[in-house]
Amino acid sequence: MTERPREDGPPRRSEPEAARVGIRKTWKLFVGGAFVRGESGRYRPLGGGETCPLASRKDLRDAVRAAAEASARWSRTSALLRGQILYRLAEVLEARRAELSAQLAAGGAPAPPRELDLAIDRVVSFAGWADKLSLLASTVNPVAGPYLSVSQPEPIGVVGLVAPGRPALLGLVGTLCPLIAAGNVAVVVAGEPDPRTALAFAECVATSDVPPGVVQVLTGDRAELVPVLARHLGVRGLDVWDASEADARELEQLAADGMKRVAFRSWAVSAFEDARRASSPAMLERFVETKTLWHPLGA
Amino acid sequence: MLKLIEGGGASQDRRSGERRLEFGDRWPYEPSPEAIDRAGLRDRWDAFIDGRFVPPAEGGYAADLCPATAEPFAAVAESTAADVDSAVAAARRAFEGAWGRLAPLERGKHLFRLARAVQERARELAVLETLDSGKPIQASRDFDLPLVASHLFHHAGWADKLEWAFHGRTPRPLGVAAQVMPWNFPLLMAAWKIAPALACGNTVVLKPAETTPLSALRLAEIASEVGFPPGVVNVVPGGPSVGAALVTHRGVDQVAFTGSTEVGKVIRRAVAGSGKRLLLELGGPSAHLVFADAPLDQAVEGVIAGAFFHQGQVCCAGARLLVEESVHDVFVAKLRDRMETLRVGDPLDKNTDLGPVGSAAQLARVRELVASAEAEGAARYSVARELPARGWYVAPTLFTGVALAHRIAREEIFGPVLAVLTFRTDTEAVRKANATSSGLAAGVWTSHPGRLLELARGLEAGVVWANSYHRFDPTSPFGGCKESGLGREGGRQGLAAYVRLEEDA
Repeated sequence: MTERPREDGPPRRSEPEAARVGIRKTWKLFVGGAFVRGESGRYRPLGGGETCPLASRKDLRDAVRAAAEASARWSRTSALLRGQILYRLAEVLEARRAELSAQLAAGGAPAPPRELDLAIDRVVSFAGWADKLSLLASTVNPVAGPYLSVSQPEPIGVVGLVAPGRPALLGLVGTLCPLIAAGNVAVVVAGEPDPRTALAFAECVATSDVPPGVVQVLTGDRAELVPVLARHLGVRGLDVWDASEADARELEQLAADGMKRVAFRSWAVSAFEDARRASSPAMLERFVETKTLWHPLGA
Repeated sequence: MLKLIEGGGASQDRRSGERRLEFGDRWPYEPSPEAIDRAGLRDRWDAFIDGRFVPPAEGGYAADLCPATAEPFAAVAESTAADVDSAVAAARRAFEGAWGRLAPLERGKHLFRLARAVQERARELAVLETLDSGKPIQASRDFDLPLVASHLFHHAGWADKLEWAFHGRTPRPLGVAAQVMPWNFPLLMAAWKIAPALACGNTVVLKPAETTPLSALRLAEIASEVGFPPGVVNVVPGGPSVGAALVTHRGVDQVAFTGSTEVGKVIRRAVAGSGKRLLLELGGPSAHLVFADAPLDQAVEGVIAGAFFHQGQVCCAGARLLVEESVHDVFVAKLRDRMETLRVGDPLDKNTDLGPVGSAAQLARVRELVASAEAEGAARYSVARELPARGWYVAPTLFTGVALAHRIAREEIFGPVLAVLTFRTDTEAVRKANATSSGLAAGVWTSHPGRLLELARGLEAGVVWANSYHRFDPTSPFGGCKESGLGREGGRQGLAAYVRLEEDA
């Protein structure tokens, strides 16, 4: 993160005093709670002179390791607290509307304020789901013997999220929040064509109460990164949006090692805007594992 | 019994031969009072109706007494039926207007805001609660307020998820909820009632207990401050006549009450046939079972908390202790030792474990029940402690040799009094535990998990705490069977009291 100040010398006198040179942000990857440059030194232009890193396989492995380190604690964080932390994220997003709106506009979103409204409300909705999934998905099983048998959902751990491209922000929060509300940790490969909004969102995550490592955001070449994610044995689930049929087949074959849980989905923008569908408990149930506990009754 | 070893130190216990610490007079507690300057106190409290404080239409003001001093510290409006009318009308307008029109998630967002505001104001609310109810600041700060906030937060999240909670049946709000509060957990019970009612789309008229109205009034004011539409939360302070006017009002659709079984029956009869939905959270002495194989020292902590938390003024207080006969003597000795360390005094002092009971009437009732137990032949042991000269204080008290027929084994004491009975077998323990008309909660202490589960099945209680006591969480349903109530509060099940499902229509 440390950057040596550029030694450009004093401003030239000929420049008119009123013209101020703006500061341009160096977009970085978000890994383990820190913003880091891409390890490989590659980047892609975003227009307007801005660039974002092209994450390498090494960056991805670092991200999985950071996620795995955060997983033990996050999965044991009380569901109530996970919900409160997600709500805090909504508070931070609301306070940064102006910036997110500008990024969405620069990324080509047709109606940034409306997308922001929906995205922030989606975070609030998933904040409420954190301590309710178990109330819907757990059972006490009436087994035919003198046993107590209970089943409840548990998070699976590190999930690779290959985020949908559009809507850039609503699609990202609508797929990321259910993962972490359920207690998983995520390595996100930002969607195209607007990866910058994902990095701006990562800055909101960083300044909310979400612990470091719970969310990683990488920008880069999907074709390069996603197969690595699908092969990585530290990854327990793969949530891939907008994959072609051929890609999905290949990724599912790669995911066979480690028997990763996978989902391949592709939604129209309107589906993300449909709150009933997009914030249903099905969004959380995809990446949980049912644990059943047996215990004898009686002395 | 009180062994004061000068200066403190270690001594040998005569009974067990164990070495133990003695807290002599060289280890005194300095007073550590919580400041009251930020408690949001005011001299006069009006009813909160339609988004603002409104002076009573007809009644005057009554003095609100501080249980720790028995002196007045605020004047509170004495509402009448006229105020109830305007509160119910305001609630109806809100239900049919601004509140009813809100999308479910927007309702939830209001509740999230309220939860956050309560968290931010937790300290002032805790002090206000302690001043008004006599609850030790330890409890209001570390127990009541965190639970108030988490109940609001949890239910905020339900607002847009109700259709998932009822197995595909579509829930609709009922309308105006009339909610009558007890004096033991004034703010917590208000949150337990308001949170699900609002999450499910209803509006509320709440009547706080006559002796503890302030925190609920402040909560309504905070709701208004954070932007709730007027009329969504209304609070009408006053006595039983206000409660009666409210629950029998034609404009209310739901009645929720926490309090005594006796009043619960009165309310049920008054509401019968009106079509109003009823949620009752009543009392009854809950049984606490300690088996010989239990971790006894942990059990002592649980039994002490069960019996003496908030001076025993808890609907689910474990006031009937059933101890396996073989460990009775050693367990009672441990209980007495632990009771000696309880600090009775100023509830605003952060070291205080037990404050005063809630009112002069309550003090008289506890004293009367204690006298009855002595008259019926139980052996009394009270902590020899000098109680504050002012205020309604009762020393922690334990009775041994209690029989099932004794009044303290059958009636709800609602004071820091523990009745000890014995049993020999699991069957006898369950039979004795169930030998009351109430069935709110029970505690079981044993190291054998299978036995726990089997006993839990046999106990007639809405909540069974295993190797623990007084555990509460917004996700976990609470409520009693038999005469301890109707319905549950909290969790998915708790929502049912506040919605109409298609088939109910």
